[in-house]
Amino acid sequence: MSIDSVFVHKMWNDNELSKMVKGGVPFPMLSDAGGKVGSIFGVYDDQAGVETRGRFIIDPDGVIQGYEILTPPVGRNIAESLRQLQAFQLVRKSQGAEATPSGWRPGKMTLKPGPDLVGKVWEVWKTEMAFD
Amino acid sequence: MPEEFKAGCARPTGGPVGEPEAKVKAKPDETVEKEVKSMVMIGRKAPDFVAPAYLEGKFVNVKLSEYLGKWVLLCFYPGDFTFV
Repeated sequence: MSIDSVFVHKMWNDNELSKMVKGGVPFPMLSDAGGKVGSIFGVYDDQAGVETRGRFIIDPDGVIQGYEILTPPVGRNIAESLRQLQAFQLVRKSQGAEATPSGWRPGKMTLKPGPDLVGKVWEVWKTEMAFD
Repeated sequence: MPEEFKAGCARPTGGPVGEPEAKVKAKPDETVEKEVKSMVMIGRKAPDFVAPAYLEGKFVNVKLSEYLGKWVLLCFYPGDFTFV
């Protein structure tokens, strides 16, 4: 979503993005003239008149589980967004029984918070695991 | 889900669904201020909106609440052709 019109979205997709991704952008390119939607999401910069690089993860109940907002010159890390999405999906599937520690990726161990784990995280989770 | 619309000469627009919260000052000599409040907070429901969109060769209207039951990544960016 940006403040550009759907006509400009079409031009960008057809003339540039479709050369990066075969078939072009497969999801809706949303138009937010005037930044009305961006304002309620807290990402519209009214001085610059544009939206900042905000990214929201919204779960199947419509609840915002996480967001990240960057100023224009720094692009996002899509792999990190997908990692977070997979983590939220795992937590939801476990109905909150499992939590994903720092550095978690799919396939890595999760934690099961509870009385037995209090003060014992150091035994099962090592700091190197945040970086591997 | 998203419904196609015919593009006319007017630039299609959308916006939040439901009334924005208006802040009205009670004192009579003060200017009445209307302010759209940011309603976003993690762990709370995302505000609903309708927005026109370009999707695979068509112009469609997209309503966020039509995606209930699915995971959604909603991304904002400064503008088309902005490099990064």
